[in-house]
Amino acid sequence: MESLTNRKKVVSDKPMTLWEKIYLPAIISGMITTMRHMFRKRKTIKYPEETREFAPVYRGQHVLKRDEQGRENCTACGLCAVACPAEAITMTSAERERGEEHLYREEKYAATYEINMLRCIFCGLCEEACPKEAVFLTDRLVPTYFERDNFTYGKDKLVEAIDQRIDITKRQHTGKRTQL
Amino acid sequence: MLIEKSILVILLFLVSLGAAAYMTYFERKLAAWIQDRVGPDRAGPFGILQPIADGVKMFLKEDFIPAKADKWLFIIGPGIAMFTALITSAVIPWGPKLHLFGRDIVLQVADINIGILYVFGVISIGVYGIMIGGWASNNKYSLYGAIRASSQMISYELAMGVSAITIVLLSGSLSLTTIVEGQSDVWNIVYQPVAFLIFFICALAELNRAPFDLPECESELVGGYHTEYSSMKLGLYLFAEYTSMFVSSAIMAILFFGGYNFPGMSHFSGNTLAILGIAAFATKIFLFIFVIMWIRWTIPRFRFDQLMHLGWKSLLPLSLINLLVTGLVIAYKNGWF
Repeated sequence: MESLTNRKKVVSDKPMTLWEKIYLPAIISGMITTMRHMFRKRKTIKYPEETREFAPVYRGQHVLKRDEQGRENCTACGLCAVACPAEAITMTSAERERGEEHLYREEKYAATYEINMLRCIFCGLCEEACPKEAVFLTDRLVPTYFERDNFTYGKDKLVEAIDQRIDITKRQHTGKRTQL
Repeated sequence: MLIEKSILVILLFLVSLGAAAYMTYFERKLAAWIQDRVGPDRAGPFGILQPIADGVKMFLKEDFIPAKADKWLFIIGPGIAMFTALITSAVIPWGPKLHLFGRDIVLQVADINIGILYVFGVISIGVYGIMIGGWASNNKYSLYGAIRASSQMISYELAMGVSAITIVLLSGSLSLTTIVEGQSDVWNIVYQPVAFLIFFICALAELNRAPFDLPECESELVGGYHTEYSSMKLGLYLFAEYTSMFVSSAIMAILFFGGYNFPGMSHFSGNTLAILGIAAFATKIFLFIFVIMWIRWTIPRFRFDQLMHLGWKSLLPLSLINLLVTGLVIAYKNGWF
């Protein structure tokens, strides 16, 4: 049969020659290899002192963004929940009342917005689906807990604080690769 | 005299235990370096206190004896292993005579005239530690480990003994001191490279070191003969292995690499010579240990039939031929023909 790749090799089981039977040449060449490795640069990252740098497009804990005036971007359209392959996102919507214009950017907003971090697979499809630039994945890690309930993140954990904005510029460059 | 020897014995005891402890550290470091890692570096600077941490951990572990085990033999096994590993060092000449407080101090616990026989005898007892431990555990894996250990040791002791006999032929004595002193000009390795190679391979097998570590191969036998052991009993087994590695490195240095002799010895005398001799001997031992470890982290394990094949069909005939040729050459030199 014609081979599909050029990696095909004929296996042979011809008896070992005397040179091979002595083993010693092979052993010595192996020992030279290990000796060479002794002086190589170490691959270890000494964790508590140094941490491995995240990739610029790392997908960690989500954030719900506010706009420049501190109003929540999310309009509870539900596209992220639909896009989510793990069905981790749930939300309820509410209408903006008079006098709440400084809180929500548009007439409709998410009254509750929950992401179950145990279901989430951090694929980033919610971010891709969002038409309002409201949800982003960041380079923050989701910590561990002993209780399952703690993994359901509500708006209190997801919406960024007005005075502590989360930087998502790295994510906004995804696909363009201009800054690498 | 008695005080002198007692001090030497205690010193030797401490040195061999300390060396064994730091060999575990060095082994881990070397393994790490070969695998492009860093190795233990948390306990103290560069992880120097790691052996102490390991020792404390071993002592604090639960000491467990299986219900179906033979209790007496189970306890005595590691003891025998450690005991035999330690007493081998008694006949090793560690250096030239030392002059202290107006006395000549011989750096050897017992200069018995059958030193080599003593060493081989003790090494053969060493297998009992493993065998008894494996048998008493009442566990199939342990038993298999013990069987392998004993058959391996018996097979390789032959070739080892024969290659040691060539050295005895060469120096005309069984005493280790005489053998060392006979090498002050030319080391035995020059005359007997083949014997050295055979001896070294057999020593690896006797030590149960890779590539001959079948008695404790993790991939097939869980832990081999020490599967059921825990706490300091396990620690003693592992420790005994390292101690005997230290001692057999010393013996190889004595038989083939001139013991405490070093090039340019005649320029020194007295205590300087003694200290330099000890240093030279220690360096040789260290190099042997290094090579043994280096081999362990390079070569995969033999299969059992390959092991037996190598021992009986290759090393034993080769060592016999080597012995015959050596004997003929010595006879020719003495004018027997």
